[in-house]
Amino acid sequence: MADNDLYLYLLRLADDNLIVSQRLSEIVARMPDLEEDIAVANVALDHLGQARNLYTYAGEVEGKGQSEDDIAMLRNEREFSNSVLVEQPNGDFAQTTARQFYLDAYQVPLYEALTKSSDVNLAGIAGKAAKEARYHLQRSALWLVRLGDGTDESHQRIQAAVLAMWPFTGDLFVTDGVEERLFEAGIAPDLVPVRDRFDATITEVFGTATIVRPTDPYQRIGGRAGFHTEHLGHILPELQSLYRAHAGADW
Amino acid sequence: MSYDVPKIEGEEDPTFGNSTAGTGGYPLWEVFVRAQRGLSHVHAGSVHASDGEAATQAARDVYTRREEGVSIWVVRSSEIHATDPDDSGDWFDNPKIYRHPTFYEIPEEVGHM
Repeated sequence: MADNDLYLYLLRLADDNLIVSQRLSEIVARMPDLEEDIAVANVALDHLGQARNLYTYAGEVEGKGQSEDDIAMLRNEREFSNSVLVEQPNGDFAQTTARQFYLDAYQVPLYEALTKSSDVNLAGIAGKAAKEARYHLQRSALWLVRLGDGTDESHQRIQAAVLAMWPFTGDLFVTDGVEERLFEAGIAPDLVPVRDRFDATITEVFGTATIVRPTDPYQRIGGRAGFHTEHLGHILPELQSLYRAHAGADW
Repeated sequence: MSYDVPKIEGEEDPTFGNSTAGTGGYPLWEVFVRAQRGLSHVHAGSVHASDGEAATQAARDVYTRREEGVSIWVVRSSEIHATDPDDSGDWFDNPKIYRHPTFYEIPEEVGHM
């Protein structure tokens, strides 16, 4: 059923944003300097805003009266369909930067393709999100270059971080029947050109940053189907406890 | 008061034009934001950053997060030449009220100037 497909697809897009937003929020006030502290809070809020738009629309598509909070706060780990990349721990600044860079390099072409979606609401949400994603990518690429082409220590750390996050990037491009049917309907984009642009971005930025591109073929996938790494199970209680303890809480 | 900035063995001492105490070694940049087309860039504050590109990014996040601007300039604080506060009396405190164009009658036809 097409509406259920669209509902599930919107959750995938939204969950990526909610979970990465939660991760980034964890390190607000713990960044290397005040400037980056404010910057990371901005990025976290951008992702939260994108998640809210997508959850609200998902609730309308589903038609059962669920609010954005209901959808975000009352699902369990197996019902979350974010990619396994975004739930990975912040680690050091290099790991946070590497995770963000991979996500940004994926979201820019994804959102730009979604602006041509036959679903006008989704196209509208994507249009706004694409602007934010392009800024995020500029910022994370800037840091990748400064760390990669910086000191011996920063180079070593960012190189280790891009290797550590690499096995979780394949999950961004996993498709199933839901996305295939939505692609047929002109709602979801073809992920092959999205992946081509993701690859081109990585090659270009890693080149400038003097970072060796990972080639490990092993990829941990399954997030879209609700099979997560152990980390998501620790994120959700902190994220959801207030809403679950005080049903319908508004803040 | 000064702080020790952790250094990697063999790393050169960063030599910047102004104090970098407590900033991880980043120099200071002055930020100028243009609120909208047609207006001038106005000083908004300062940020610490490793270079100009990083400074514009930091300035964007610190000073334009509530849609305050359409353009940003940054300049190294050490590149700014300023007047000496001790000279301010000689330089500025000498009223020349007659130089304000308030002694002219503006003809009605000119309207608002």
